[in-house]
Amino acid sequence: MTNPLFKKDIVSIADLSRSELELIVATAKKLKHQPQPELLKNKIVASCFFEASTRTRLSFETAVQRLGGSVIGFDSGGNTSLAQKGETLTDSVKVISSYADAFFMRHPQEGAARLAAESASIPVINGGDGSNQHPTQTLLDLFTIYETQSSLENLNIAFVGDLKYGRTVHSLAQALSLFNCNFFFIAPPALAMPDYILEELDDAGINYSIHGSIEEVIGSLDILYMTRVQKERFDETEYQHLKSAFVLTGSMLENVRENLKILHPLPRIDEITIDVDNTPYAYYFEQAENGVYARQALLALVLSNFFQEQA
Amino acid sequence: MKKKLEVQAIENGSVIDHIAAGKGVKILKFFQLTDTNQKITIGLNLPTGGNTTKDLIKIENTQITGVQANQLALFAPDATINLIDDYDVVKKFKVALPEAISGVLACPNSNCISHNEPVDSLFYIKQKQQIKLKCHYCEKSFATSFFKELD
Repeated sequence: MTNPLFKKDIVSIADLSRSELELIVATAKKLKHQPQPELLKNKIVASCFFEASTRTRLSFETAVQRLGGSVIGFDSGGNTSLAQKGETLTDSVKVISSYADAFFMRHPQEGAARLAAESASIPVINGGDGSNQHPTQTLLDLFTIYETQSSLENLNIAFVGDLKYGRTVHSLAQALSLFNCNFFFIAPPALAMPDYILEELDDAGINYSIHGSIEEVIGSLDILYMTRVQKERFDETEYQHLKSAFVLTGSMLENVRENLKILHPLPRIDEITIDVDNTPYAYYFEQAENGVYARQALLALVLSNFFQEQA
Repeated sequence: MKKKLEVQAIENGSVIDHIAAGKGVKILKFFQLTDTNQKITIGLNLPTGGNTTKDLIKIENTQITGVQANQLALFAPDATINLIDDYDVVKKFKVALPEAISGVLACPNSNCISHNEPVDSLFYIKQKQQIKLKCHYCEKSFATSFFKELD
């Protein structure tokens, strides 16, 4: 079997086919159960965070080290030549390409990862470019959904909270549209799913519906994907009113499917009350842990012909 | 009935016809058609056969290229190009939207990396109910009205 992701850039979820997504999910599962501590031995991965990040950077660097690779890099743009001396991103990327075997980056501007991938001679993995893409979050979400449901097909999935600005929900809905899932969108009107995403779902022939509260649909869900409604987007009175419709509490979980799992990209503020944490449905902390396996899977596929050798 | 020419005929060159009224001057600017010593004749708000009006541009001794003709479609989807030789129309074609447009439009997203780096902008063009341009870099889609060069 040829590994189609070997030496490939991972910039946008839209660049990945259904079979490539399935390969990444299967690889993450394999690495979770059969660690490969020497797979990236003698490989150097540059971790370039032009914008600060906690979970993404730590889980990525953990992933490199769990596979036996070494990490070089920086954790904020402020100390780089780019910020201090006015070097272009294009030039920075060319130089870093000559040091490392792969390049993982986060940048505050949309399109930075695409540009970097075009300038770099080594594979580039996008860890978030402004409000645009965050493909490794989507991949860990897909892996978590697969892990909990044993399938990515024909699932009932609700997205709750800020569906307008949340790049996480946009990318995940786009990826899951390749697997014929049914979507339920639950958001305040001011934070509704953007029309361009709904148009894409229409084009793909995906079933979706829009609802005003979690209770309307919770009984038929396989996955409940919660996101944070950002307080700063509303005045206090409006926020307090909205909160009640878009907060998940333990008492709402009485008549749900046994296989229901609740996911959240974290950080959680108060949209999932802590009494939910101890129910069998809460899976957001396992989801965060899966970020390491999903990123290991990407690194393994992009940097080694491991799966070709196994075939 | 004798037909009266609203705009003077040209011997050799190109005529861009059926431009929506109000877009003619924008097209001149966008394609820098005035950066030439050749004679240019412009008709604005000319009556058409129906009750509408149109703009029209005639440029002497200049052939509108296929690439320019397709880019024209972004401003004037109904425009036609007439290539003139010795006062005769030797070729007439309608403009067609290109699949992509590179280098000439700035991304309306002010946070797009294409503004800060030494790269040409690139947009993929799609038309359903309306024309949308998707930035190759930031992946955001915009209607033509978002581009100051086109509006």
